Amino acid sequence: MFLQGYLPSIMEGTILTLQVAVSALLVSVVLGLIGAMFKMSPSKPLAWLAEVYSTVVRGVPDLVWMLLLFFGVQMLINELFAQLGWEAPEINSFFAGVMTIGFIFGAYMTETFRGAIMAVPKGQMEAGLAYGMSPLRVFLRITFPQMVRFALPSFSNNWLVLVKSTALVSVIGLNDVMYRADTAKSITQEPFTVYAVVGCIFLAITSVSDLALKRLEKRYSTGVRETEL
Amino acid sequence: MIDLNLIIERFPAFLGGTDGAPIMSTSDGLQLTLELLGLSLAFGLLLAVPMALMLVSRNKWVARPVWLYTYVFRGTPLLVQLFIIYYGLSQFDWVRDSWAWEYLREAYVCAILAFTLNTAAYTTEILAGQIRNTHYGEIEAAKAMGMGKWLMMRRIVIPSALRRALPAYSNEVVMMMQSTSIAGLVTLADLTGVARRVFSDTYMPFEPFLTVAGIYLVMTFALVWLFKKAEQRWLAYLAPRKH
Repeated sequence: MFLQGYLPSIMEGTILTLQVAVSALLVSVVLGLIGAMFKMSPSKPLAWLAEVYSTVVRGVPDLVWMLLLFFGVQMLINELFAQLGWEAPEINSFFAGVMTIGFIFGAYMTETFRGAIMAVPKGQMEAGLAYGMSPLRVFLRITFPQMVRFALPSFSNNWLVLVKSTALVSVIGLNDVMYRADTAKSITQEPFTVYAVVGCIFLAITSVSDLALKRLEKRYSTGVRETEL
Repeated sequence: MIDLNLIIERFPAFLGGTDGAPIMSTSDGLQLTLELLGLSLAFGLLLAVPMALMLVSRNKWVARPVWLYTYVFRGTPLLVQLFIIYYGLSQFDWVRDSWAWEYLREAYVCAILAFTLNTAAYTTEILAGQIRNTHYGEIEAAKAMGMGKWLMMRRIVIPSALRRALPAYSNEVVMMMQSTSIAGLVTLADLTGVARRVFSDTYMPFEPFLTVAGIYLVMTFALVWLFKKAEQRWLAYLAPRKH
């Protein structure tokens, strides 16, 4: 039997990996939008905060962030609960993985969205405000639909890097595809086959995402003339 | 809350010091990270130049294999590539029986091999992109001077593409520097590996991981600064006019 029947276990791990990646993407998009707004806000402290966030996060490896946040936050919770005299809960590792990866890629998304919002002509937003729309409505109806086209290439790249970074979450105890592969490797004694299968799974995920995002890019570029050489 | 004494006491460990021994007495920590980075970037670049030329070739039998190589290596996590090489190769008896096994069983060699193959894939794409972007005037001029294909590649296309690749390559170098942090997952004592060791000794997470984060941040800034200088030197002719 192929991999002594460990394939279903690896596929289960894959589903968890995908869940982590998609949830982390949502977190990163929210943080990225907030970061981009802060960065472009007239308030100096907010702009500075967003600048520090995007610079410091992007200057330190993902793995170090995961270790620092996972073990660090757990220790803070332990100390806090010890002082209150309660028993400290253990952080759910799924939640920890999603928040950590979301936090890291929020910094990359900040840069993506900032560039994209700046690419939309200012007059568009001013016109929206002049018609009496609220700033939120201007963002949802005017800025957002137009910035998507500019954000997509960099967004796609961030997503692909994020998926590949998700392979690291087993270090904080998640039962993901890499964790399952590690178990399968020890039992079957076929490490090459196991990791080749894992590699193919990731390749399939990145290939499908790439195709889908290219389609989306085309859709959001409707009506934009392409340069012909 | 953060124990400064612990940071000061353990700091030498990140520079290859051990209890009683001075810093740099072992290659653990910073030195190992820099070795992994330097060697894999150097080998990676050496591989990438010929592969980029193959990738832009009009002959599909030359271009396709390189396309497949970069597709596979860019589409899978570096950690999986490292594990395939470090754990995976032992599955084959012919690898274990060969002369190369003496080297391939070493985590250090496996890490350099994995990092090299990975960065070579990204660098190949960066270079090929810039080769395709070469201004047609430069090629026409080279042909008008009577240069053959290889002379033109060597004197005109490659030097110009390497220069124009600098901004994208600086990103790749910073990414690679951060990627070396996974070396600790195959038993190596690079910066992150040392930090994890200190953590498992003391159960104090903030001190070792903040120290190592600071070191990486400084290295990132240093690399960005170096590449900025390099761009000022080699890309001056593309900079916007100042007067």
